[in-house]
Amino acid sequence: MVDKRSGDNNSLVNNSVKRRKPIRYQDVLFNIFNYGFIIFFTFLCVFPFLNQFATAFSGEYAIQTGQVFIWPVDFQLDAIKAVLIDSVIFRALLVTIFLAVVGTMLNVIFTVITAYPLSRRDLKWKVPVINFILITMLFSGGMIPSFLLVKEMGLLNTVWALIVPGLVNAFYVFIMMSFFRSMPDEIRESATVDGCSNLKYILKFVLPLSKASLATIGLFYAVMHWNSYFAAVLYIDNPDLYPLQVKLRNILLLSQMDTSMETLQQELGLELIQESLKAATIVYSTVPILLVYPWLQKYFVKGVMIGSVKG
Amino acid sequence: MWVRSNETAAMQTQPLPKVSRRKAAQKEWKRNYDLYLLLIPGIVFFLIFRYIPMGGYIIAFKDYNIFQGLWASEWAGLQYFKEMVELPNFWPIIRNTLLLNLWSLLFGFPAPIILALMLNELRARYFKRFTQSLLYVPHFMSWIILGGIVYNVLSPENGVVNHLLRAVGLSDIYFMIDDFWWTASYVFSGIWQSAGWGTILYLAAMTAIDPALYESAEMDGAGRFNKMWFITIPGIAPTILILLIINIGNLTTIGFEHIFALQNPIVLDISQVISTFIYSYGIVQGNYSITTAVDTVQSLVNLVLILGANYTVRRAGGQGLW
Repeated sequence: MVDKRSGDNNSLVNNSVKRRKPIRYQDVLFNIFNYGFIIFFTFLCVFPFLNQFATAFSGEYAIQTGQVFIWPVDFQLDAIKAVLIDSVIFRALLVTIFLAVVGTMLNVIFTVITAYPLSRRDLKWKVPVINFILITMLFSGGMIPSFLLVKEMGLLNTVWALIVPGLVNAFYVFIMMSFFRSMPDEIRESATVDGCSNLKYILKFVLPLSKASLATIGLFYAVMHWNSYFAAVLYIDNPDLYPLQVKLRNILLLSQMDTSMETLQQELGLELIQESLKAATIVYSTVPILLVYPWLQKYFVKGVMIGSVKG
Repeated sequence: MWVRSNETAAMQTQPLPKVSRRKAAQKEWKRNYDLYLLLIPGIVFFLIFRYIPMGGYIIAFKDYNIFQGLWASEWAGLQYFKEMVELPNFWPIIRNTLLLNLWSLLFGFPAPIILALMLNELRARYFKRFTQSLLYVPHFMSWIILGGIVYNVLSPENGVVNHLLRAVGLSDIYFMIDDFWWTASYVFSGIWQSAGWGTILYLAAMTAIDPALYESAEMDGAGRFNKMWFITIPGIAPTILILLIINIGNLTTIGFEHIFALQNPIVLDISQVISTFIYSYGIVQGNYSITTAVDTVQSLVNLVLILGANYTVRRAGGQGLW
């Protein structure tokens, strides 16, 4: 590849050498095979999503005769409408939104107050604390003891069972820690000279300066809450407190179409088959993730890198 | 892996006299007491929600009684371990766990490596970035959504896969109730979810390879494939080894959500694994002690496996986890 930006002699020589080199047919074959494989694999990866999106908006006859692939046939909006006005799904959505808002706020607060002190080079006794947290990433307690703990604390069947046991994520503490560490020491030194206490310094300087990474960590936690499912299965029995994912499982995997949805269909005179209703619930629950996806991808990749350096 | 700051290292090599040490401690506390106070909620959280459940493995050795609590319950010795081995479905569960993990390791472990190698050879930068974005998508979806999609797409009545099979003249496949096809669906949905995301670490390792190696290989007349084979793959070998150790260490662990999202009563014989068993027999049916015994054994086996894998790699001259 000719690099246009570099103008020094060395690369010019290299480029001219490269240009004179004959194109090898093996390399052309390699390229064709490589691009072909990547395109094929990427298509396989995306196809199920496209197919479900198409199914959600396709007519009954088209679905049953197998005409729907990646584009809706006999376009209809009834299925997504039925999902949108279903009160049970809406209630589950409210629970999930509560978790994603209140839970995430608490997660971020507690993660920051744990991570910030540990990021300070001048904090002498931080090492045992760091190791104390690190150990929890290597060993974990059993499922039954965790369940009994939550039970004995009286958190079963409350939303707090979905928030408190996952309040601080060790991995995210280390990500925030390495971010705070990258902040210049000079600001703190001059602030301390002016008589600024640690707490005041955090509120006045650290937090305003780290808005972007706070948002990142918040996004991580919010996605965790949006997708969380296991905790709800363990700790929640009350259908009124089911978060969206549990409701989704009942609809998608146990085929428990809510009676409310069925009566609704009859009232509206809609003729929908299960396939498009199920596909519509999938669309309903994936769209929020897809909306924040560009940010997710960018920051998650960074997070993995930091984690692997630490690891 | 262990963090040790310079200060503590210095303190260890040069023990200070007791009095000045206490003075230094007082000075440190006075200067940073607010930071230490800030750490308290975090420490309390990890102590309660991470360390107490670790100690909770003790339930396996006790006759756990809900009304008496853990400490007042009677000791049971190894009785529950004996009962565990005598459970009629104990060995099938172990077999299922190992088999599903072995298949996932066999097909799922090379997938991100191959994908990363091929992505690394792409020269069109925007195309590369675009495909990467698409490949990461399944990683951000919950297993419930992915499982729902798998069921819908593979549905025998109106699933697109069976429609395609019929279109080319093949007969229907009942994917989710057939032992072989269920296992295949499990393994390949795992690849679908994680292969794209798994490339990140390998691609990062590839950027660390010295470009001079490629240049000199080129001068020796190496083509694209040879460069990949003789330079890129050896270059990422340490990363591959480390991830392999971690994977082998997890051979007895199966994430709950993936299995649970795909499981159905018809294929329970091959899909009941340790984690789903602990959930259904322990938490749903209340057999706490015996399932904790299963959990304890699993954790111990994990520890042995990861130590063994690490030892083997180090003996063979590679760089292990520690």
